[in-house]
Amino acid sequence: MAPREVFSSTASNPLGRPRGLWSALHLDPILLFLLIVLISCGFFVLYSGADRNLDVVKAQGVRFAVAFVVMLVFAQLDPSVFRRWAPWLYVLGLAGLVAVLFVGVGAKGAQRWLALPGLPRFQPSELMKLVVPIMAAWYLSRHFLPPKLSRIGVGLAIVLLPMLLIVRQPDLGTSLLVGMAGLFVVFFAGMSWKLIGAFLAMVSVAAPVMWFFGMREYQKQRVLTLLDPQSDPLGAGWNIIQSKTAIGSGGLDGKGWLQGTQSHLEFLPESHTDFIVAVLAEEFGFVGILILLSVYFLIILRCLFIAVTAQDSFSRLVAGALTMTFFIYVFVNVGMVSGLLPVVGVPLPLVSYGGTSTVTLMAAFGILMSIHTHRRMITA
Amino acid sequence: MPWGEFKDTAAERRLFQRRVTVMLALVFFLLSVLVARMYQLQIVEHDIYTTLSDKNRVQVQSVPPPRGLVYDRNQVLLAENRPVFSVTVVPERVGEIDAALEQLVGILDISDEDLERFQRRLREPRRPFQEIPLRYDLNEDEIARLAVHRHELPGVEVEAELVRYYPHSELTAHALGFVGRINRDELQRIDPVNYAGTNYIGKSGVERFYEELLHGRVGYQHVETNARGRTLRVLERENPVPGEDLKLHLDLRLQARAHELLDGRRGAIVAIEPATGGILALASVPGFDANKFVTGISVPDYRELSESNDKPLFNRALRGQYPPGSTLKPMLAIAALDSGAVTRDHTIWDPGHFQINSSGRRWRDWKRGGHGWVDLTYAMAQSCDVYFYEAAVEMGVDTMVNYLARFGFGEDATLDVSGALSGILPSPDWKRATRNEPWYPGDTVNLGIGQGFMLSTPLQLATATALIANRGEWVEPRLLKDIQGDRSVEEFLPSETHEPLKLKDPSDWEFIAETMAEVMHGVKGTARAAGRGAPYRMAGKTGTAQVFSLAEDEEYDAEEVRERLRDHALFVGFAPVKKPQIAVAVIVENGGGGSSTAAPVARALFDAWILEFSAAAGSLVSKTDSQREAP
Repeated sequence: MAPREVFSSTASNPLGRPRGLWSALHLDPILLFLLIVLISCGFFVLYSGADRNLDVVKAQGVRFAVAFVVMLVFAQLDPSVFRRWAPWLYVLGLAGLVAVLFVGVGAKGAQRWLALPGLPRFQPSELMKLVVPIMAAWYLSRHFLPPKLSRIGVGLAIVLLPMLLIVRQPDLGTSLLVGMAGLFVVFFAGMSWKLIGAFLAMVSVAAPVMWFFGMREYQKQRVLTLLDPQSDPLGAGWNIIQSKTAIGSGGLDGKGWLQGTQSHLEFLPESHTDFIVAVLAEEFGFVGILILLSVYFLIILRCLFIAVTAQDSFSRLVAGALTMTFFIYVFVNVGMVSGLLPVVGVPLPLVSYGGTSTVTLMAAFGILMSIHTHRRMITA
Repeated sequence: MPWGEFKDTAAERRLFQRRVTVMLALVFFLLSVLVARMYQLQIVEHDIYTTLSDKNRVQVQSVPPPRGLVYDRNQVLLAENRPVFSVTVVPERVGEIDAALEQLVGILDISDEDLERFQRRLREPRRPFQEIPLRYDLNEDEIARLAVHRHELPGVEVEAELVRYYPHSELTAHALGFVGRINRDELQRIDPVNYAGTNYIGKSGVERFYEELLHGRVGYQHVETNARGRTLRVLERENPVPGEDLKLHLDLRLQARAHELLDGRRGAIVAIEPATGGILALASVPGFDANKFVTGISVPDYRELSESNDKPLFNRALRGQYPPGSTLKPMLAIAALDSGAVTRDHTIWDPGHFQINSSGRRWRDWKRGGHGWVDLTYAMAQSCDVYFYEAAVEMGVDTMVNYLARFGFGEDATLDVSGALSGILPSPDWKRATRNEPWYPGDTVNLGIGQGFMLSTPLQLATATALIANRGEWVEPRLLKDIQGDRSVEEFLPSETHEPLKLKDPSDWEFIAETMAEVMHGVKGTARAAGRGAPYRMAGKTGTAQVFSLAEDEEYDAEEVRERLRDHALFVGFAPVKKPQIAVAVIVENGGGGSSTAAPVARALFDAWILEFSAAAGSLVSKTDSQREAP
């Protein structure tokens, strides 16, 4: 098939299926290599962004070790396991989200964490980034595709319900990411372009309604500040002005590793978490940004290839949606740091310092590897 | 298939592939948007952001120069700079600001006023991580207590600043003046560049007059700072030029003695070194603690000072305008002699009163029965009013005013004394202008004994007395003796403007000095009690200024008049008569008679200077001892 060959990077192996050791481990060497390249580069930027604090880098290392184990475990499971468990995981996730609203813990006016006795603290909303696309894919792939209108409606409801619960926490950023993950499933399932057009029209009508009734004051402030950061240069606009200054002053080839004045003199806020790409831009310049975006692009290409070569609709939908969610992370984060999008608290995937999202992302890659390595030799 | 429905897998796969192609295009497009954005920021607008980044990083800080010190003539420190500690808070680094404030209130003595000011500053827009001062002027105890709790209070810092301190504050407040925080008016007239790092400015006295000299010139440094404003390194520095150290003519010991002599009373003493015009002592009692004004005086403290009946903030020496009374007689005697109104031997009959014409108003002499036959020497020694009434009428007002003006009355004749007033030298023109009344002959008579409209400050009286001590050579009073650095005094001291007062017969100076010596040492001298037993000869004149005027035939009884309405006691004089070393003017408010109250004060001051403090003190005593054997 022509498209398969377009995406194939292992010409000697028509199915792109890994052999030998990789096959036994259920890992995709190409994706693994790209991830390791990204994560290794991330450590260097993190060391600088955290102002040479080796403890931060070590903590991140431990976190990635855990995340790798999670990825490895997910890769071992057959995609059908995810499919069978989808409804139960979804119900469990919803229960978790409801529980967070009542007994959750958190800071800055938002309850996001669930501290259950005997379990490590975790965010149910983070789990939903995986569960929602799996659930939607499970539901839609049970019937022939493209789905009928009523099924699309149910599919959208599956996505919307956890979204609303997450917005209540409130956590707009995660809610949007969960929603996007679900919507990508519906899109890949074959929702007709007419419907997509109608849906987009609906969103554009709903946006002003959200503005006046659905958004909290701090969220409105973020949007307003995005539109005109100079209006509040010492307050909310500070972050954007400083990150743009960091990026812009980097120039073509940057100030050099550990030489970024904006981050090391503490002008750049959140320099090792959400705004870490500004550190990279300042110290490695436009060249560094091009390399970073290229690595992300290669990862996405490989993942889309995995999706296309998947053997059943469920796997395809899950792989496609998870890949696009990963891309959305990249786009929203780089967009917000460079002042294109409002500051919504989305980390740069696999580079920003932070726990939960790293584990979730690696779990997603685990699922992708599982999909890729559990294909049967004989096509259905 | 477990799903029970027919599925066209090939069609589904093709559908999915089409959708992936669309998504791939979207990914590619959006990544291009990001690349374009980065290109815009990093390549197109690179220069703008480089400038912004440098502006963030590099700051120009002003380095305030240390203020010049002030010494007295014996190199005793009168004004120094002392580190003052204040506690500041960086809200970003404090977790719970209210809790932190509460804890600080428990540790330090923080007034509601301080808290209010802090809350106001907290609400104002400011840079992140900029500190806000909470309380100034911590004492050592408080710094120690704060240090103990330091680890519990992140974001709370103690900062040091050099602030003026007057070690002999009460003694020198009126002579030196003081500095205070720059206020809005002053902000308008100072050079904003030179004062960029300065918080204090001279408010009065020497501190105000020599502000430019004492302040110095501001320095600069380009520093690399982090977002919290913490200086990481100095990139470039231009050092400030410290203010010049000044040496004054003032002698702190004499100043202290003057304060002791007036202790418990209200009054002023000005002592001048005749040879140089240097002000040796400038005392206004009661004084006040100028240090309180430096960092900002509290409202109750200020109210107490400003509302006190004794007016401690009022500089009597420079700004107290009193009728000079009989202390004006030496100057009038010079005028009368030189204008030819009287001669040295001219004698009059004093019946106890004076009339311009036989039916007119009677001006009484202080001695009811009169002094009988009186010549100029006797008139000075006994302070005979009638002699001077007659002399005044003989001279006329214009002659008197001309001579008095030559003595510095009616003007501020000082070179560098900030805030000195000019008193009033009344003349027909002045009376017409201010009161719209003609000058009556009676006004001339009143002026003859220094009463009526005439007002003068103790500093003016001392200046005029110094002129007699100098035998007509003018030396304007001044405070600055020396500048410690390379600059010369002449550069900053205003130039002298007064012509010497040359008499037709210069020996008249000696004659008048002798009549003044008669006041102190003569058998009939009004201050003979004060002059008794001195190892040197002194010249003086007592005076009494009425606080309210008596009717023509009303008897004055000090007992009946409330203390505040009693006469002011005055005295002017210099010593020794030959080669004078000190000229003084003394006023004791409501002190009663000049001879009984003010003269002893002056005598004590003469003794202090001539026998104890002056550079020539030792040698002079032996000289006067040998002189004493002569008569």
